[in-house]
Amino acid sequence: YFSVASFNSLLALRQQELVDLPKDYLLSTSDDEGDSDGERKHQKLLEAISSLDGKNRRKLAERSEPSLKVSEFNISSEGTREKLVLSDLLQPTKTSSSLATVKKQLSRVKSKKTVELPLNKEEVARIHREVAFSKTSQVLSKWDPIVLKNRKAEQLVFPLEKEQAAFAPIEHVLSGWKARTPLEQEIFDVLHKNKQPVTDPLLTPVEKASLKAMSLEEAKMRRAELQRARALQSYYEAKARREKKIKSKKYHKVVKKGKAKKAVKDFETLQKVDPSAALEELEKIEKARMMERMSLKHQNSGKWAKSKAIMAKYDLEARQAIQEQLAKNKELTQKLQAASESEEEEGDVEENGLLVPDVVHKVHMNANELNPWMQRSCTSDAKEAEIQKDPEQLPEPVAHQDSESEGEESPVEEEETLLKEFEERRSLRKRPELNQDAEPAGHQEAQDASSQEVLSELRALSWKLNQENHQSRKQKGNSTRAVLPVQREEPAQEEEEPLLLQRPERVQTLEELEELGKEGCLQNTELPRPVLQGQETERNPDDQPGAPKKRKRKEQMIDLQKLLTTKSPSVKSLAAPTTMEMEDEEERDQKQMIKEAFAGDDVIRDFLKEKREAVEASKPKDVDLTLPGWGEWGGVGLQPSAKKRRRFLIKAPEGPPRKDKNLPNVIINEKRNIHAAAHQVHVLPYPFTHHHQFERTIQTPIGSTWNTQRAFQKLTTPKVVTKPGHIIKPIKAEDVGYRSSSRSDLSMVQRNPKQLSVRHRKQLKEPCR
Amino acid sequence: VGLMETAPKPGGDVPPKKNRVQSKRKKPRRYWEEEETSPTAARASPGPSRSKKRKQELRRRRTKNTHIQKKSRISKKPQVPKKSRERRNPVPQRTLSGAQDPFPGPVPVPVEAALKFRRIDKSKKLLHSKSKTQKRLEVAEAEEEETSVRAARSELVLAEEPGFLEGDDGEDTAKICQADIVEAVDIASAAKHFDLNLRQFGPYRLSYSRTGRHLAFGGRRGHVAALDWVTKKLMCEINVMESVRDIRFLHSEALLAVAQNRWLHIYDNQGIELHCIRRCDRITRLEFLPFHFLLATASETGFLTYLDVSVGKIVTALNARAGRLDVMTQNPYNAVIHLGHSNGTVSLWSPAVKEPLAKILCHRGGVRAVTVDSTGTYMATSGLDHQLKIFDLRGTFQPLGARTLPQGAGHLAFSQRGLLAAGMGDVVNIWAGQGKGSPPSLEQPYLTHRLSGHVHGLQFCPFEDVLGVGHNGGITSMLVPGAAEPNFDGLENNPYRSRKQRQEWEVKALLEKVPAELICLDPRALAEVDVVTLEQAKKERIERLGYDPEAKGPFQPKPKQKGRSSTASLVKRKKKVMDKEHRDKVRQSLEQQQHDQEKTKPTGTRPSALDRFVR
Repeated sequence: YFSVASFNSLLALRQQELVDLPKDYLLSTSDDEGDSDGERKHQKLLEAISSLDGKNRRKLAERSEPSLKVSEFNISSEGTREKLVLSDLLQPTKTSSSLATVKKQLSRVKSKKTVELPLNKEEVARIHREVAFSKTSQVLSKWDPIVLKNRKAEQLVFPLEKEQAAFAPIEHVLSGWKARTPLEQEIFDVLHKNKQPVTDPLLTPVEKASLKAMSLEEAKMRRAELQRARALQSYYEAKARREKKIKSKKYHKVVKKGKAKKAVKDFETLQKVDPSAALEELEKIEKARMMERMSLKHQNSGKWAKSKAIMAKYDLEARQAIQEQLAKNKELTQKLQAASESEEEEGDVEENGLLVPDVVHKVHMNANELNPWMQRSCTSDAKEAEIQKDPEQLPEPVAHQDSESEGEESPVEEEETLLKEFEERRSLRKRPELNQDAEPAGHQEAQDASSQEVLSELRALSWKLNQENHQSRKQKGNSTRAVLPVQREEPAQEEEEPLLLQRPERVQTLEELEELGKEGCLQNTELPRPVLQGQETERNPDDQPGAPKKRKRKEQMIDLQKLLTTKSPSVKSLAAPTTMEMEDEEERDQKQMIKEAFAGDDVIRDFLKEKREAVEASKPKDVDLTLPGWGEWGGVGLQPSAKKRRRFLIKAPEGPPRKDKNLPNVIINEKRNIHAAAHQVHVLPYPFTHHHQFERTIQTPIGSTWNTQRAFQKLTTPKVVTKPGHIIKPIKAEDVGYRSSSRSDLSMVQRNPKQLSVRHRKQLKEPCR
Repeated sequence: VGLMETAPKPGGDVPPKKNRVQSKRKKPRRYWEEEETSPTAARASPGPSRSKKRKQELRRRRTKNTHIQKKSRISKKPQVPKKSRERRNPVPQRTLSGAQDPFPGPVPVPVEAALKFRRIDKSKKLLHSKSKTQKRLEVAEAEEEETSVRAARSELVLAEEPGFLEGDDGEDTAKICQADIVEAVDIASAAKHFDLNLRQFGPYRLSYSRTGRHLAFGGRRGHVAALDWVTKKLMCEINVMESVRDIRFLHSEALLAVAQNRWLHIYDNQGIELHCIRRCDRITRLEFLPFHFLLATASETGFLTYLDVSVGKIVTALNARAGRLDVMTQNPYNAVIHLGHSNGTVSLWSPAVKEPLAKILCHRGGVRAVTVDSTGTYMATSGLDHQLKIFDLRGTFQPLGARTLPQGAGHLAFSQRGLLAAGMGDVVNIWAGQGKGSPPSLEQPYLTHRLSGHVHGLQFCPFEDVLGVGHNGGITSMLVPGAAEPNFDGLENNPYRSRKQRQEWEVKALLEKVPAELICLDPRALAEVDVVTLEQAKKERIERLGYDPEAKGPFQPKPKQKGRSSTASLVKRKKKVMDKEHRDKVRQSLEQQQHDQEKTKPTGTRPSALDRFVR
């Protein structure tokens, strides 16, 4: 509502103004009163506008100077829409030369800025320090690899020896040596007569050259070359990748066609220019064909071919495409005529000439020396060579063998191969159909297919054989499973009785416990084993998944009674002790029975009691903080309430399970041996984060008792060895193969800071400005 | 493709490049080179085939090297560690003399042989470690591998093979008597079987020294003697004029501890009494722990006392609280003392702990004899219930086999190679295992022997196939083929050492004395970190600092390139990790809950709703 009202007032004002305006306009320059009137209106308008905005409605009225008026006391640029510049003030009506100098001075004053305060000493020093530090650390960083190497070194021998400069051949060392004894002289005479090398018999020039290091320039050049080649390669690769990414089929088609055309053209020109090169080219093409023949592409195994094969049923084009593909395949896989074959064979022979003698020679050597290690490796080499040569002549059988051996290896693979074969068969079946459809079905093709089918049949047979083997194995497994229950049968029986061992607190009195134990014992002894076996096997012959669980439980609960009361077979000793009186057997039996019956129970009961006590003692104790009488009545015979007790009882955390939890006949002391612990490591050394890691490094004993002499020596080599009587000088750059010494670098930096890099200089300067 | 390329080109009339290079590189013939380098290494002929048709075969075979070498040649994959430094490259190197190494490279070591010496358990998976740590671990593993290979290779030096006794088809070896064996073996071995007829001074206890060279025995009626039993040279013979209960050599044959009626006495090899230890009174059994220099004594008063013989102080006296102690043995693997008690238990003791380390209930009656094999794997016990049992000492303490003997065994002894001898009355039975490392099978005795008196002491002689039996009628030294370790460590137990060597060894052994408090069930515990203290220190540190300095900081996603490091994706990645952690936490807590529920689940019948009305 308010805004509407203000808006109305604004409108009214506006109208008034519009009415007034011409009048104003006329009067404005001369009439003071009219002017002041206009001013007021303007003020009002401003007020109205500002009241539109709800926030600061009430603004203090502001006094302002009248505009568009020229007065001699004040300067106002109002209405001119230009800023007043200082020079405008100086502008006289006509230019005078005397003012020019003033102007110039003015401009100079204007252009000069105030000089910033120079940085204080500390800051300058700090910047210098920073720069010096970065520079120094850069210089020193070249030592990093050496330091690292020395730290990692198994052993350092001081004084550090220089890298072996060069290998001095023995002849050079012995150059001063002369033949003295008659025998030596004689030998040398013979050597001289036959013009055999005497001084330098060992190294050929080539070896010598190789001993000498490559010169630096050469190395650099070579490196540059290599770099260039690598860069070029990467460019090329990048380009190829880019092009490969292009998805346009048309583009690729065009490219392919272009390439083919170009190749044909090139070939033609080559034929004209250089027939021999053309021949080579032809050979290459031939090679490509051979590759094709070997790898058997252009068949129906590709992604494209498969999709087409699926579509072929419905789509004529696809069918044609497949036809083409097959035709191409045939063309490529067709064996060439006799001439080329003989050529190939020749090649083979030559190849053999190249390769075989070596191998044969080796084997021969072996046969001479009977070195088992060499022999093995050699024969394997030979085999490899054979395999390498083979694929040209008979690639198919090898592959077949491979697949077979694979099949033997694992059933999974077998399955895979089977699937593959099925697919092959299907495709084979399909192919003839296609051929019939498209008529150009070649006789050879059919033959091929049939032979392939035979092959696959063979494979299937071999697979079946394997399968049978497998099954027989399975049956064996079954039989073993049938045997297993013998071991399994106990747990079912024992499941009830060992409860007493598991929860000793439930059994209140010793008598009860004993009875329980006896019951278990009776049960055990009463049920004869073989019957049980039969039952068990009958009940669940194929209940194997449950079996391991049961056995596990059995492992847990070993019955103490049973442990001690098992009837162990008695020995029929050949030489019975003579002192044993020949009592009546019955009497003796009775005696023994009585003994066993009475002595044993005591022992077991006592032991169980002891064990229970030990377990109780080792349990962490709960802390009871209840104060009787607080918050309730106290006194004799009054127990604090259960709620309260529960509230103030601090339960001790449950410790790890006892080691003898499942061992009824054992009490293992859980106490830590603190005396031994004092000898153990209790701080992890630096790079290790977990104690298992560190433990692994100290598992191997290093003493001479457990190691051979050499191993002991190696394990206990000192990290640092100093040669007595030698001065250990600080390491120098020359020692490790650097050109200039780092020392000089450092000192240079400190002496003249002009050596600083541009960046550092900038860094220095910037704050000064 | 490579094949194609290397194939010579048919059109070209230029000789192939390769040939040219070869001809160029052909090295000049040297004057020292002959036409053919004939191999000089004489190869070892394969070892003679074993003939085991003989009726009784007992011999220590000295087949130098052949056995193990053959094995190494047979080995399928010669695993040669690649990293070792000293290995020469397998390419035959040209030496100055021009001769070629006919067997280049290091000798391959069979994997299983080296595996025996492996100590690091690689089945335990470690957490992911930093690269620095990883490097250290790798170094440690490489070292272990190398040392194990070296050890396996040096097994070649162990040329001796254990003896054995084989009967004809269906013949029981137990029927072979000592006389037959003595007839079959060589004179030196036959001389090791003897009987000492000492009827006057009652049943004898005996003790062999650690080298197996010396024998000390003490009769109940005070007769004490020590002799070099191989040469039968008597060292001393005295009568202590007091009943002798046990006798034992200390670390060397020069010292002899005798448990007499009242106190423990120590004599030297001249029979001069050196010490009378009155703090150890009424001792019944003695055991000496050679690596700790401790003499463990079990007394009638029920105390187990450890005496450090190197300084002459009693380390600890432990009260077993089980009455009279007269069954004691030591576990040679971890120096734990086993005591047999009248309540059918066997307790395991260490001087560092006041209570027994473990207590095993073995028999329904009292325990009569205990013994532990040299690898610390098996313990054999016999009790008043006439049973002989073999226990597994590797953590489970469960019986592996049991046998009821007509008149329980009063004395038991394990040999170095795991044969078990039991003395029952005047008969000694010996059982053998299937192979090394397997418990002796109690089905059929391997050997039996009848003595002229009741057995009172049994011990196998180290490094000799001999069992010493002390009985009423004296001492009998039996031949037991295959009982002892055929190869001795010359630096440790040298039967042929001189006096000087013995003194040297004594000093060395004293320097390497193991502190008594290190005796515990697992002797490899020293190679473990004290986790309890470690955790405690860590907790305290966190408390002191107020924060965990090793805690993992919050996840900070790595900056990535190509616009994948936008704020949104960063946040997304952060969130992903956070969610995953949260899920893990929830899963863990759920599992915990489930676990607790399973624990607290009532095992009995479910409480019915009507139970509340039960008054």
